[in-house]
Amino acid sequence: MNWNRIRDNISPTRLQINKFNEVWMLVWTLFLVVVPLFIVSGLLWKSSLLLENHTLKEIIFSSEWKPMSGKFGFLPFIMSSLWVTLLSLLIAAPICLFSAIHLTQYANRYVLRFMQPVIDILAGIPSVIYGVWGIIAVVPFVAEKIAPMFGVQTTGYNILSASIVLAVMVIPFILNILIDIINTIPKELTEASLSLGAGKWYTIKHVILRKALPGIISAMGLGLSRSFGETIAVLMVVGNVAAIPSGIFQPGYPLPALIANNYGEMMSIPQYDSALMFSALLLMIIVLFFNIGSRFLIMSYEKRFK
Amino acid sequence: MENQTKIKVESLNLSIGNKVILNDINISIPKNKITVILGPSGCGKSTLMKSMNRLTDLYPEMKVSGNIFIDDEDILHTKNDVTEIRKRMGLLSQRPYPLPMSIYKNVAYGLKISGRVNKQLLNKRVEHYLQQASLWNEVKDRLKDPASSLSIGQQQRLCLARGLAVDPDIILADEPTSALDPISSQEIEKKFLELKGNYTIILVTHILRQAARIADYVVFMYLGEVIEQGPAKEFFSNPQTEITKAYLRGSIN
Amino acid sequence: MKKDSNKKTSFKKQRLKYEEYFFRGVMLLSSCLIAFILGLIIYSILVKGVPSLSWEMITQTPKGGFYFGKEGGILNAIIGSIYLAFGATFIAFIIGLPISLYMNVWLSHKEKWVNMLRFILDLLWGIPSIVYGAFGFTIMILLGIKASLLAGIIVTALLILPIMIRAIDEGLKTVPKGLKESSYSLGSTKSELAFKIMLRQCIPGIVTAVLLSFGRAIGDAAAVLFTTGFTDNIPTALNQPTATLPLAIFFQLSSPIPEVKERAYAAAVILTSIILIISVLSRVLTQKYNKHTIKF
Ligand SMILES: Nc1ncnc2c1ncn2[C@@H]1O[C@H](COP(=O)(O)OP(=O)(O)OP(=O)(O)O)[C@@H](O)[C@H]1O
Ligand SMILES: [Mg+2]
Repeated sequence: MNWNRIRDNISPTRLQINKFNEVWMLVWTLFLVVVPLFIVSGLLWKSSLLLENHTLKEIIFSSEWKPMSGKFGFLPFIMSSLWVTLLSLLIAAPICLFSAIHLTQYANRYVLRFMQPVIDILAGIPSVIYGVWGIIAVVPFVAEKIAPMFGVQTTGYNILSASIVLAVMVIPFILNILIDIINTIPKELTEASLSLGAGKWYTIKHVILRKALPGIISAMGLGLSRSFGETIAVLMVVGNVAAIPSGIFQPGYPLPALIANNYGEMMSIPQYDSALMFSALLLMIIVLFFNIGSRFLIMSYEKRFK
Repeated sequence: MENQTKIKVESLNLSIGNKVILNDINISIPKNKITVILGPSGCGKSTLMKSMNRLTDLYPEMKVSGNIFIDDEDILHTKNDVTEIRKRMGLLSQRPYPLPMSIYKNVAYGLKISGRVNKQLLNKRVEHYLQQASLWNEVKDRLKDPASSLSIGQQQRLCLARGLAVDPDIILADEPTSALDPISSQEIEKKFLELKGNYTIILVTHILRQAARIADYVVFMYLGEVIEQGPAKEFFSNPQTEITKAYLRGSIN
Repeated sequence: MKKDSNKKTSFKKQRLKYEEYFFRGVMLLSSCLIAFILGLIIYSILVKGVPSLSWEMITQTPKGGFYFGKEGGILNAIIGSIYLAFGATFIAFIIGLPISLYMNVWLSHKEKWVNMLRFILDLLWGIPSIVYGAFGFTIMILLGIKASLLAGIIVTALLILPIMIRAIDEGLKTVPKGLKESSYSLGSTKSELAFKIMLRQCIPGIVTAVLLSFGRAIGDAAAVLFTTGFTDNIPTALNQPTATLPLAIFFQLSSPIPEVKERAYAAAVILTSIILIISVLSRVLTQKYNKHTIKF
């Protein structure tokens, strides 16, 4: 066609508008890269006061939490966070894995059509609603049904309740990732296995799950990082006692709850303020660590299909 | 003896929803020969192959009717175990899909499914089939390596060895050389010519020259129908229909 | 010998079969459990909350203080949440749309950069909202800004920005290459392609993104915990503090007074209903646009 005519169509003003748009949109986009750097450096700067007066070892491995006398041992909070997240993953992981296999390998489309909105809604329910559900359903259930089975007396506000609530919250998150992972496995692989005389279940066990293994691990890692930062729901049912929990029926005090419970009021004590910002930093580092690790695993896994 | 039929497809129809994929297919595939299925892209060649070893079961949306006889057993309506039927056919796909395990285990996979096998016997058979696929010399020192570490050509030969290991009498090969370099392709072709004494081979290909080189019998498909079938010599020297002629000239694609 | 191995074979097959039955049962149970839990959550919230719902609950602000006053309703939180969620979604949209367009038009040939941006966005999405909240609060202290609707809107907008961008991005990704090329060949500039063609092409994707972000914005509590303050009044300006539904639930549920707790349960019903409506809405809208794709 007539290229010159088309070129002439692009008038100088249109080109200028185009250039203008390009520049401000680039600036907008750079903003994205700046935000996380800004947050990390801000948190670092705020926690420097704490780090100047205490060694890192002291902060992380001491369990003495007496802000008024300048003692900031984070161990109870770190341990509570670990208890709650690991236990919740322990509950959620098998349910997600089994359900993911069911939905990708066995379920017909009516089941899929039913389960898809179920998962979406579970993923969309706000944290605070999970908290309310925890208080009215899970806490009494744990206090009246589960604890007596083990001969334990508890208010129900403890690690176990928090883990159950948290498990339900991460189930849709992990399940969605698992379904994606299993669906990226080429159908030809299943066909190859079947054509060698394997049955469906044998194929799932020896081919599909094995192929999906790195992806399954990353899905769990992402789930872990998601539940590590979960605040309100956990805070509402975990009991909030600053001591290293010695069992699942003990109350705990995870890092996000520490920040949420104290931040608004403790601005007047600089050391305390700094300590809370340090816990935000710690939280962010741990979450990013699991997040990045899992994503790299997934990416190296996806590369193998290209 | 000359023209013993191994697979007989009778009025096979296959549709997805309202879309007809295969329309009234009738073919006879001779025993221990290489049958080449030709046809432009999307005409249903792969689907025909899939119905022969019941992989169509994997796609609940596909509706299949008609009969496929293998050694006089109607595999579409048999009461026998589908996995036993599938084991009688080795499958080679367009791209190699090695199972996510070691080279050794890929070959042993089919042998181990149906029961515990003596370790020494297993070693012997793995070696035997790797040799059959002319891969043994290249991999004998790295049997424990993941199969994905092999080159594409080697992977395809591994898939051949894996398929032969379950002792099939039919080999279904769906464009097995399309992802391979010319040398690896030649190796596979040579392999097929060697194997056809003991196996009935069905090969889908786009490459006319490949078909002419190795086919004994040709089936030509177009838009889900079989247009023409017959011995390779006659097919290439004296095509019956206009569509076939056009295809052989290269003007359909 | 042959017979013996056949026996072994069938034995193993039998075992596999029972194993499969067993695990199919477990799998089915897992899926059912997930659906059952959702039912249970909605049921518990409704049973507790519906009795306390009344006309005055949704038309009045709390009387005598939200923590102690027995009278009044949660109108302050309803209105506050709507202001906050609309504001935050609007800002996130204004910032997010150009970024996702930039990624898919200007950077469409620099795959490495786009992938890096997507990676950063996914990481940002993973940062806990309490971190956004606490950090935002520090900045406010630093700049001498008081807890207010505007502060809450900004922090929440930042929180939902990654979701907004990634969701629009997913929609833009599906625009066929051919469309882009034909638009260039007709002489469009990049911004014309972006704002005239791409935009129109993925309106369903944008609608989903907006709804998704809105749901996130209205439900989040940790990010607004320190930044919006909390008040019994309905804000009349951006610099006033405001109540939100999640915070109304969170604060009032811990009150010892039953009437105050009732307000929390009522607020929970309203928040849950909003989330359910959003979910149904986005499902209906996406299904209307792409009827024939079953995703999963
Ligand atoms: N699972 C499926 N769902 C919907 N349509 C399908 C499915 N599998 C195959 N088809 C359709 O059936 C037709 C035949 O496909 P098939 O793969 O058999 O063609 P082919 O001859 O092997 O083509 P090619 O040479 O490209 O491999 C195509 O139109 C294809 O779109
Ligand atoms: Mg094909």
